[in-house]
Parts: sequence; C-alpha cells; structure tokens
Amino acid sequence: MSTYIKNFLKFQPLLSELVARDVKIKYRRSVLGVLWTLLNPLCMMVILSVVFSNIFKFDVENFPLYVLSGQVIFNFFNDATTSSMTSIISNAALLKKIYVPKYLFVLARVFSSFINLMASFTALLLVMVAVRAELHWTLVLSAIPLLLVVAFSLGVGMLLAALTVRFRDIMHLYSVFTTGLMYLTPVIYPMSMLPSGIKSVVLLNPLTNYVTMFRDLAFNSTIPSFGSMILGIVECLAAIVLGVYVFYKNQDEFILNI
Amino acid sequence: MGNDAIVTVDHVSMKFNLSSEKFDSFKEYVIKSIKRQVSYDEFWALQDVSFEVKRGQSLGLVGLNGSGKSTMLKIIAGVLKPTKGRVAVGGNMAPLIELGAGFDMDLTARENVFLNGALLGYNRAQMEAQYEDIVHFSELGEFMNVPVKNFSSGMVSRLAFAIATIGVPDILICDEVLSVGDFRFQEKCEERIGNMKEKGTTILFVSHSLTQVEKICDKIVWLEKGHLKKFGDAEEICRIYAGS
Ligand SMILES: Nc1ncnc2c1ncn2[C@@H]1O[C@H](COP(=O)(O)OP(=O)(O)O)[C@@H](O)[C@H]1O
Ligand SMILES: [Mg+2]
Repeated sequence: MSTYIKNFLKFQPLLSELVARDVKIKYRRSVLGVLWTLLNPLCMMVILSVVFSNIFKFDVENFPLYVLSGQVIFNFFNDATTSSMTSIISNAALLKKIYVPKYLFVLARVFSSFINLMASFTALLLVMVAVRAELHWTLVLSAIPLLLVVAFSLGVGMLLAALTVRFRDIMHLYSVFTTGLMYLTPVIYPMSMLPSGIKSVVLLNPLTNYVTMFRDLAFNSTIPSFGSMILGIVECLAAIVLGVYVFYKNQDEFILNI
Repeated sequence: MGNDAIVTVDHVSMKFNLSSEKFDSFKEYVIKSIKRQVSYDEFWALQDVSFEVKRGQSLGLVGLNGSGKSTMLKIIAGVLKPTKGRVAVGGNMAPLIELGAGFDMDLTARENVFLNGALLGYNRAQMEAQYEDIVHFSELGEFMNVPVKNFSSGMVSRLAFAIATIGVPDILICDEVLSVGDFRFQEKCEERIGNMKEKGTTILFVSHSLTQVEKICDKIVWLEKGHLKKFGDAEEICRIYAGS
C-alpha cells in the first residue's frame, strides 16, 4: 500500500501538468478563454428556459434554476465519462514508451471536468442570486451530492477507459447511450409529469438520485432522506469498485492493444 | 554503496500475440468467440533472458534489428510487463526509449519542458531550477515559445535529450537516441552521458555504433532472436560481435 502512495506522490506533479494541459489546449486561441466554462452553461440555460417556458410549459417553480442545476450534474457526468473513455487510447504513444501509472490519465480527465463543474456551479450560484432565490444553509451541503457524482463518474470512467482499449465500438455506442440517458434524467422535465411506468425507469438511473439530492439541498432547503443518501453512496462505491477492478485486471494488457 | 546489483533481469520471457485477428470491434469478437476462432500467432520476442547490472556499471545491448533490445529496455523501464520472469530495479530511472515520446505537439517547447519533467517525476519548482540549463543545452533559446509541432525532428530530439538528462538519475536508458541530430550535437550528448556516468549513473545503452557502445559500456548483453547469446565484458564481446 505504501508503495502505491509513494508512487502517487511521485507522479502528483504529472497529474497537475496533465490537467493544466487539458485546460490550456481547450481554450487556446479563444478570446474569452476559461470564461467559457462559466458562459457556456448560462447560455444553454437561457436557450432551454426560453424554449421550455414558451413552447412546452412545465409546472416548475423557477424553471431556469431547475434546468441549470440538472445540467450541472448531467453535463459533468457526460463530460467526465466521455473524456475518460478515450484517456488511455489517446495517450497510446506515451504509454508505449514511458512508465506512468495508467489510472493517472483517467484521473486527469475527471479533474479537468471537475474544473468545469466548479465553473458551472458558480454560474448556478450567480443565477440564484440574480433571480433572488432564497439562500439557505443547506446550500453548503449540496457539495455532498456533487462529490458523490464525481466519484461515481470516476468509477464509470475507469470502467469505460479499460473496456474501450479492447472494444473501440464503445466510443460510438456511448455517445448514443448518453443521449438516451439525458432523457432518462430529470434535467428539463419535472418528475411529477412522468407516467408511472417511465417514472420507475427514470428512478433506476443513479443520476436521478444525485440530481434530486442536489436540487433539494441547493434551493429547496430540504435534507434528502436517509434512504436516498445511502443509495447514492452505495451506487457510487459500486461504480468505483467495479471500475477499479476492471481497470487493474486489464491494465497490463493495455499496451499490447493500443 | 557497494557493488550490489541495480538491475536484475531474472529469466525474463516476453510473448506478443501477433494477432492477425486483432478484433477492434465487439461484433467481431463475439462472432469469433462463438466460432472459437480467436487464435493468435504467438511470438516470443525474448526467451529466458537473465543478467545483472551492478551499481555504477554501464550495460550495452547489441544484436540485429528485431532481436529484442528495445523490448528488453521497455521491460526494465516498466512499460511492458514480462510474460514470465522478473525484473528488479533498485533506483530511479530516466527513460529515453524514444526521444520526444512525452511531447504534446500542441504545446509550446516551454510547456513541454514542464510536462516532460513531470513525466520524470519532477515538480514545477524543480523544473524551473533546471530550465536555463535545458534551454542552454538544447540551444533552442529563441524557440521556447513556439509550439513543438513546428519543430524539426532534430530540434525535438535536442529538447527531449536535454530534459531527460537533467539531474543525476540512478539509471539512464538510451535506446538508439544518439543516432539523431547533427554530428556536433551527438558529440555533446556523448559528453553528457560520459559526465553522468562519472557521477555514478548506470547507463543502459543501445546503439548501432559499436564504437559508441565500446566507449560507454562496461558489460554487454548480446541478444539474438530473443535469446541471450552472450553476456560479458564489453571489449571481448565487441570483438566477437564485430567479427560475426
Ligand atoms: N507490441 C508488439 N507487438 C508485437 N510484436 C512486437 C511488439 N513490440 C515488439 N515486437 C516484436 O518483437 C521483436 C523485437 O523487437 P525490438 O525489441 O523492437 O527489437 P530491436 O530493438 O532489437 O530491434 C520484433 O520482431 C518486433 O516485431
Ligand atoms: Mg529497437
């Protein structure tokens, strides 16, 4: 165990360099640069709010907040897992020539997405202030569901990264999958409008629980039930254990397949 | 430190699956698994190779193309895991398996210095301290803010060599890296390797120039088609190898 920790500490500078590289390359040559991580969710929110408060009307109090908070979680999950998925194959040239702990590449991608998450969370706070939403002390606790989603995404990301080395099809399948997943997550619609059959499917989606907990804490000033807390933690641990297990089982073969 | 071993290679074999059937897609895999057609051409790039390098000694690897030299170095560097056998390494390593492997072509030379330093386990402050030396050695002063994709391959090699040879690692792995760059720069690199050797770095060295190998190495491992043909003192083996 201590060699693992030593190894992690040795490569900790690499982790920060990899994250810095991702961020730098993403915003190179864009005038507004990192500001886009803040502007992007705001623009999306405006579009969705205009569309959904004029065309389809949902009975949701403070719809912009509702959409934005759903997006904060879902977009992070989508971003983190999609970029983790290719983290091993896109660093093939490096992995073939230099020894680097391979999980570092997945971790770096999740961290870069985490920076985006912080920005979109800031955007959410700005909107809350702008629409004069009541700022309740439970807002502080909304960090808990956020951290659970981060850990959950890391587990899924490690699983995807390992499997994608074997089966490149996953890259194509996954983008279809996440499109479907978005409709199975209450990002734009309220749970109350779902027919009971679909509702039970939506409730099976782990993201639903995280989104609901997050909204409850961030602006409904409601503490999530004990049951949903436990469920959230169990799902997150399950993802981590599965992801780490599959990754470690396969990592010595990565280099022969990339 | 005494004369203890810094690299121990113990009955190492390495098998590659030369998969004529490299299934990139899940469908292929399923179909072939069902038909039980998942077969590989096994290829042993190394077979039962053992040798030892003592602290402070330098080792050359010679052999024809495809004899397994690079594979051996990659196993020692931890990039590949041997199919059989064991490798023990007692020190930190600066791997120069291929110059510029750790570069991100979209980043500038300066940014790549820090990225590559981190790959070797150096943090930002340590790299700042070495930065001037790297620029000076690579002679790329005016190009440090240019993206590396605009570099010539010689420039990339110069920068990569300068970064990989900062500090005094316990082990320096050089796989045919001295054959790049112009004549003058090659000399500079040789000199630098010589200096590191004097400071006690163990060099693991592959080159097609026997003169270079003889100059740098104390011991030589001679590989032939993945088998260890001979292991012994540099002079003696160079003589036999040159005559073969
Ligand atoms: N990843 C790989 N997959 C399949 N075969 C490989 C792989 N890497 C090396 N080989 C094979 O192993 C043999 C030894 O290669 P190498 O170690 O690069 O030789 P050398 O460096 O001595 O020229 C070659 O025949 C090469 O084709
Ligand atoms: Mg080679």
